Amino acid sequence: MQNKNNKTNVIVVGAGPAGISCAITLAKAGKEVVLIERGMFSGSKNVFGGAIYTQPTKEIFPNFETEAPVERRNIAHNFMILGEKDSTTISYRNDGNESYSVIRGKFDRWAAEEAKKAGVILVEQTVVRSLIKNGTTVVGVKTELEDYYADIVILADGVNSLLAKQIGLRKEIETKDVALSVKEVIKLDKDIINQRFGVKDDEGVIGEIFGGPMLGLLGLGFMYTNKDSVTIGLGITLNDLVENKCKPYEYLEKLKQHPTIAPLLEGGTLKEYSAHLIPEGGYKKIPKLCDNGVMIVGDAAMLVNNLHWEGTNLAMISGKLAAETAICAFNKNDFSRKILSDYERKLKESFIIKDLKTYRNLMDIAHQRKKAFMGYYLKKINSFFEMFTTVNSIPKKEGYHKFIKSIFTDRKIFELFKDFWAIIKLIWSILI
Amino acid sequence: MTLDKKLYTLKYSPDTESHLNPNQEQCKLCENRNCTYICPAGVYEWNEDEQKLIINYENCLECGACRIACEKKAIDWKYPKGTKGVTFKQG
Repeated sequence: MQNKNNKTNVIVVGAGPAGISCAITLAKAGKEVVLIERGMFSGSKNVFGGAIYTQPTKEIFPNFETEAPVERRNIAHNFMILGEKDSTTISYRNDGNESYSVIRGKFDRWAAEEAKKAGVILVEQTVVRSLIKNGTTVVGVKTELEDYYADIVILADGVNSLLAKQIGLRKEIETKDVALSVKEVIKLDKDIINQRFGVKDDEGVIGEIFGGPMLGLLGLGFMYTNKDSVTIGLGITLNDLVENKCKPYEYLEKLKQHPTIAPLLEGGTLKEYSAHLIPEGGYKKIPKLCDNGVMIVGDAAMLVNNLHWEGTNLAMISGKLAAETAICAFNKNDFSRKILSDYERKLKESFIIKDLKTYRNLMDIAHQRKKAFMGYYLKKINSFFEMFTTVNSIPKKEGYHKFIKSIFTDRKIFELFKDFWAIIKLIWSILI
Repeated sequence: MTLDKKLYTLKYSPDTESHLNPNQEQCKLCENRNCTYICPAGVYEWNEDEQKLIINYENCLECGACRIACEKKAIDWKYPKGTKGVTFKQG
């Protein structure tokens, strides 16, 4: 802090992808920025699935591909539809560089160092307990030790964003609006990973997992390859965990034991277990994004596109847009809501809110019809392939007839019609 | 693998006082005690004899799920102090 009264231009709370991107953009524009992180180091409280996306990351860190601690460049997506014991996998392979697997404890720490090089004042091991307001304007933050003041405070304090709630920018989160994710990073030899996933050194594979132990639940699994470890995890809507009275890590144990997953992890040793909430409320649950002297970015603003496994990109770009808005506000020397609401406009014009709006009805339909779309139809996909591949001296026509008949007998026709209608409605809302 | 073995892989710097403070009177009246099963670190255990929630706060992964899942909204949930709590190296 250079001013004697602890006042700076901008305070950013939280050194995750959103906060760091915001801080570095501001510092590069010559603003004095204090980035406050509660963890021992930046990244030490952060957990995610596993991939950062090349194009948006380059907008913040143009040389990250050669300079940042990335794990593997992802060249394939395996969409794995798990039944109780069987599975159907659709694999899309493309030797591009769309995304990289990273370990947040390493990547975020590197990114925060880059921010420091750009002039950001990084204050770690410090928890912001509350915001300081002067009338209706946020003017600073209260930490355990001292108070810091700024013209603008940016909340990048993650999914729980207690600070946004404190000042009434968002309501209490409901159990259906978050998924609880648990994951394990499992150590395996580099050569074994290459062999099992069919890749060369530094090439990686993303696994998008449906069904298995999560059949009928609003939950998805994920798998990422790191240099010498494999990440396996799942996220289940908190609502479903509560309704089913289940322990999240028990589902993860079952997933790891699934006959399709187990051979990929065999012989590995657990490096680290972790858990985190994923904001999944979507478009309808985006909080108020700004007020006098304050803006909200990243997970704190519910900016996650769960269908596409996207979060870090929305975080980084929202951080950047908030920073650009702040820079304009400094030019005008006006930090009122009126000026800062330009951030909202920028978000709306970007892919971030456009994408969330595209999928505005997704979560409602997913909640209503989860037993069908996350259970019944996933099982049917597997039973189709079971029928198709079975060699049992029964004429194929009988097999087809039996399969088609089962679709109409295993689920009420009325329900099938409702499923069909829900899909039409969803596709309509996505495309039109 | 047991939860204890999973938690053993984590680096913790526990505080001497809990950052999780449920209103025990509310817990007595709570029907489902969601916290006792949804917590990914098994922080909450119901002690039937003492009619009290036991809080193994030092195992907390700081995810915030208990705060949201609590039917009574009875958990005073704070982040641990700046140098305390869990450190993820592989997150």
